[in-house]
Amino acid sequence: MNALQFGSFYALIALGYTLVYGVLRLINFAHGDIFMVGAYIAYFVAVLLLGGEGMSGLGLSPGLTLAITVPATMILTSLVGVALERTMYRPLRRKGADRLYVVITALMAGLMLENGNLALLGASRKSFPELLQKVIWTFGSVSVTNLKVIVIVAALLVFVLLEFIVTKTKIGMAMRGISYDKFAIPLMGIPLDTIIVFTFILGSSMAGLAGILFAMSYPILEPYMGALIGWKAFIAAVVGGIGDIRGAIVGGFLLGFIEIGVVAVFPSTLRDLFAFSVLLGILWLKPTGLFGVAKTTKI
Amino acid sequence: MKGMTVKVLVTVLALALGAVALMGCGKGEDVIKIGFNLELTGDIPKVGEASKFAAEMLKEDINAKGGLEVGGKKYKLEFVYQDNEAKAESAVNAALKLITQDNVVAIIGPNSSKQAIPAGGACNDNQTPMVSPWSTNPDTTKDRPWVFRAAFLDPFQGPVAANFAAKQFGAKTSAVLFDIANDYSKGLAEIFKTEWEKKSGAGTVVAFESHGTKDQDFSAQLTKIVAAKPDFIFVPDNYNQVALIIKQARDLGYKGPFMGSDAWGSAELMTLCGKECIGQFFSTHYAAAGAQGATKEFIDRYTTKYKYVPDDVAALTWDATRLVLQAIQEAGKIEKDIKAERKIVRDALAGIKQFDGITGTMKFSGTGDPSKCAVVVQISPEGKFEFKESVCPQ
Repeated sequence: MNALQFGSFYALIALGYTLVYGVLRLINFAHGDIFMVGAYIAYFVAVLLLGGEGMSGLGLSPGLTLAITVPATMILTSLVGVALERTMYRPLRRKGADRLYVVITALMAGLMLENGNLALLGASRKSFPELLQKVIWTFGSVSVTNLKVIVIVAALLVFVLLEFIVTKTKIGMAMRGISYDKFAIPLMGIPLDTIIVFTFILGSSMAGLAGILFAMSYPILEPYMGALIGWKAFIAAVVGGIGDIRGAIVGGFLLGFIEIGVVAVFPSTLRDLFAFSVLLGILWLKPTGLFGVAKTTKI
Repeated sequence: MKGMTVKVLVTVLALALGAVALMGCGKGEDVIKIGFNLELTGDIPKVGEASKFAAEMLKEDINAKGGLEVGGKKYKLEFVYQDNEAKAESAVNAALKLITQDNVVAIIGPNSSKQAIPAGGACNDNQTPMVSPWSTNPDTTKDRPWVFRAAFLDPFQGPVAANFAAKQFGAKTSAVLFDIANDYSKGLAEIFKTEWEKKSGAGTVVAFESHGTKDQDFSAQLTKIVAAKPDFIFVPDNYNQVALIIKQARDLGYKGPFMGSDAWGSAELMTLCGKECIGQFFSTHYAAAGAQGATKEFIDRYTTKYKYVPDDVAALTWDATRLVLQAIQEAGKIEKDIKAERKIVRDALAGIKQFDGITGTMKFSGTGDPSKCAVVVQISPEGKFEFKESVCPQ
């Protein structure tokens, strides 16, 4: 159960990497930090609506707050993602910069988000308010909170939704088209920038959602929380086959299972060492990832 | 031509550096500079903040009276704060910067053993006195004549926690969850384990699990611990992790008590942890609730000034800084040469046999480590750390 929950976080973030990579062939290293920003936005929206912690909020009930926080955070986080694309990636793309430079820009953008947050809000952690009455279900020897179930269900729903958007809708077809040929597609009357912005909206709102759910599960926020989990989700995306939505989900859950499984069997000290050795093994066997197919259309 | 430009640049740089160095020397007439190597950002920012606040309060006190009197002359105090980001490597850099660039007489901090052990090495090698307020790991001062501390040691704290828990919970078995990447946490966990098994027999520490510093999910380790059914869980972790660990353990159905160590004692513990932490116990350096005399005066002033009750780090920084100031006074004179000044301050520090601090009386016996009492506190329903028991070394 724990593995499923943690896997869900990896999967949600990995989806963001995969979407952007699928369309732009750009590894958006700032994605983990967009996730962090999402968690902070959720915190501020929730505190504003709920009141308390020295702020005079609107004093809404926790349930209503949650209902508003989720869409509000997703919208605001996607705005952050789009702003990042506008200010950092698009100018470089216009100038025809090599992808390598754009990736470096993404790394810088991530650091800017982290340190900007540090400068703006200080190093003190924020404690996320409890929005959901905790319910613990026990089946035999296994205890599950309702939150964990919500996280897992949310990840699966998002997967189904994205799969639908990408394979069944017009805009999804356009996304796949850009991935196939960035130069020919605009000639066919498809607005390149709009599609790219849409991709960033999708990816960032997923990160925003992951941010809320993470903040609810582990209610302590800090500026660097996105870095490590972002890296791990990126690895999950690569193992699953970057650019492939099913791959991101499978990779995310796989990483979650391996991490938790290793701790259950071996001393917990060896967790990361073992987890990543297993992933390396998978990449040896299939260098393009589980679902990746070399040099064909992805997404 | 290109070679020319480089040469000019190098000359300009060298001149600029020289000017800075000269300025540094010229200013040090009537000021005493003390460096602070603190955790102002990173994992435990509240620790660095509390230290800085306490130091500022002390500095204002003394400077308001015209300065610190040494050998009949008053010197203004100047405190230089360096952030070590709660990282071991940054702590060494911060220490070296304070020593070589800021030319401080002595350094207070770092607080956490994870930073204090490497920084202590740097200070010892560069012959600069260092006093760590909060570090409890033996390695910080071990074989380092230039390094001192104001806190008790983990070999003392471990048994205090073990004995108290055995008595309070009537416990026969225990489990430990600690941070493998933190010298403090790891050291204390091992000491506790040895002590507990000595008391209750081999195999009575039924689970001994670790995690990384940046981890936020402890469910796998806690599942193992809960399955082993310990009478209580010992968590020698920093307060930020404690908040997550206790919540997650409760989610997994654990209903028993926790025992903590002095790293719990931050003013921020209760804002992060909330009601889940109420009723738990931890060993620490002083209890703010119910304090008397000079301790109470310090707590009241700090609370009025900074709007929260000072935690043990604040009180220990106050003591550590006063220790250094007393040593400077006892040295009786200020040497022009910073190296000579550091030497006489170190000798004076080593000469202090007993010191009455607000965290209790400290007795030094030449190792740089004080022998002092520890207290065990319980977290009250109002979130206060209430005195439960005091344990003194024999």
